Amino acid sequence: MTRRLFIVNAALVAALTLGAASAQQVLINAGGATFPYPMYSKWFDEYHKKFSNIAINYASIGSGGGIAQVTAGTVDFGASDGPMNDTQIKEFQDKRGSAILHFPTVLGADVPTYNIPGVTAQLNFTGEALAGIFLGKITKWDDPAIAKANAGVKLPSNNIVVVHRSDNSGTTYIWTDYLSKVSKDWATKPGRGTSVDWPVGLGGKGNEGVSGSIQQTANSIGYVELIYAIQNKMTYGKVQNAAGEFVLASLAGVTAAAAGMKEMPEDFRVSITNAPGKGVYPISSFTWLLIPSKIADPTKKKAIKDFLVWMLADGQKMTEALSYAPLPKAVVAKELKAIDKIQ
Amino acid sequence: MSATAPTAFNARPSGRASAFWQRLRSGDDIAYVITLTCALTILALAALLVFELYMNSALPREKFGWSFLKGTTWDPVAGQYGALPFIYGTVVTSALALLIGIPLGVGAAIFLAELAPAKVSNGLTFLIELLAAVPSVIFGLLGIFVLVPALVALEPAIRAVLGWTPLFSGPFYGVSMFSAGVVLAVMIIPFIISISREVILAVPTEQREGALALGATRWETTWDVVLPFAKKGIMGSIFLALARSLGETMAVTMVIGNEAKIHQSLFAPGYSIAAVIANNFSEASDALERGTYIELGLVLFGLTIIINGLARVLVLTTTKKGAS
Repeated sequence: MTRRLFIVNAALVAALTLGAASAQQVLINAGGATFPYPMYSKWFDEYHKKFSNIAINYASIGSGGGIAQVTAGTVDFGASDGPMNDTQIKEFQDKRGSAILHFPTVLGADVPTYNIPGVTAQLNFTGEALAGIFLGKITKWDDPAIAKANAGVKLPSNNIVVVHRSDNSGTTYIWTDYLSKVSKDWATKPGRGTSVDWPVGLGGKGNEGVSGSIQQTANSIGYVELIYAIQNKMTYGKVQNAAGEFVLASLAGVTAAAAGMKEMPEDFRVSITNAPGKGVYPISSFTWLLIPSKIADPTKKKAIKDFLVWMLADGQKMTEALSYAPLPKAVVAKELKAIDKIQ
Repeated sequence: MSATAPTAFNARPSGRASAFWQRLRSGDDIAYVITLTCALTILALAALLVFELYMNSALPREKFGWSFLKGTTWDPVAGQYGALPFIYGTVVTSALALLIGIPLGVGAAIFLAELAPAKVSNGLTFLIELLAAVPSVIFGLLGIFVLVPALVALEPAIRAVLGWTPLFSGPFYGVSMFSAGVVLAVMIIPFIISISREVILAVPTEQREGALALGATRWETTWDVVLPFAKKGIMGSIFLALARSLGETMAVTMVIGNEAKIHQSLFAPGYSIAAVIANNFSEASDALERGTYIELGLVLFGLTIIINGLARVLVLTTTKKGAS
């Protein structure tokens, strides 16, 4: 499908270059993660308004698709909610003979959302409680592990119904990455991934499937993307961070999680769940653009590099209007330097 | 006619082109070539489908072999894949859908074709055919927002009657294999009704008149004469319904609970092959995982052939009994 789109686009480019040889048109194909799609489409649109000869075409086919297509070379760059793992990076190197670079663009977060009849208070969750619930070890709402963080809230003695995502998703990756860090049990058995072998629970398709199931099922708990929760005015709980505070997810708290990273690795492949520092919301993550380190076409290379510079400056100012958390300044500075690695 | 055309075509002398063109102009050969091409295209499409599914699933086939069909663990993190929970969920929900859908659908078709006044029959049939055109995602939405709450309300009654069987034990959260079966039944009933009605209507009036003349009542005529005559067509409608329920994706995934485990109770959540492919294929993280979804497609293809074959054997044996 996308390959056909690519061919059509390529034909279009050819036609355009033939038609107007003077104004050189650059058409760049990209694809991947769905979570940052609204942001990316806004960016690419704004950038095209500014530089009418550069058009970036983004297909929101999912993070897995983004990695697969950039590896196959059917897109000029990819996008993913989770960093590529070592096997995937090696596969890229073997196939394309160059390295793949990760560029963080914005930040996202997961929030725990629940439906307990008679409970309207905003609940506090410790990492231990969340892991226990999703492992099926904590089965009642009045379990001491939940109750001790929620003094004054009358919790019912009902069975907890766990709801998780049934589709592969970056949202699940962030959630399980966090649970793996706060619970050794979780790290050994289900582990982290875009889809895992869930010990308990019902699966809902997409954020809307999870939130629908939670609304329909009494005494249920699940997780959704922060932006989805904000846009749909859902109630969600506070989560205890590494500093011991119970933090309600907010854009500021998510950016703080990224700023709390003392040492950002050179390749930007970093998990910021359970990050240290005050005011940090612990279930946060970057989302990345995946850009090959060698781009043969010089006009495309220049366009992509210019876009990255613009995205890190003007682009970041557009994030909060769309409920995405912007990158901290230190990360922006580091990325600006990393752009030189594209050759 | 159909017997002579192929011979005419096959016997075409290769050296005498003018004779061939003459026959072409007469129409028979043109029709033969065109329809043959259509038939071959369908065959080629099916073959190509199987070929692509087979080729692209090489990775998991080599790694797991036949144990892929028996495995019950689905753990993408550990790279461990077994398809049995999905096969189980697909078969159980489709069986349940047929169990509910066949009596209701065939019953309604008999009423509409044989017993209802023509005006009522035509009006109702029009509505039912509209129902068959509703996209499955709409049925899924109705399922999750209307049917699931209704089933939750009905649960105590169902449990009171059937709760003693292991099939209706354990907690009920609304989304379950049972809910998926009911939604599928609602989706396939229009198919069964509209085709079965046409088939029953096509039974020659002489058959009915003969039975009535021999002193049979109206119901005896319908049950003993018309239905056996229409049996094959009705079975055809059921095959089509079965195929639709086996391959249904959206409506099922919205109400089945999407849990890759095998539970005895119909009240428990499950998962179907089509649903897991739709949920996960686009975001599959590596080549092995992507391959397993393609292999699942192959499994579904095989499952459909096996179930259809079994059903056909069943029909053949029962029809023979009926004839003798």
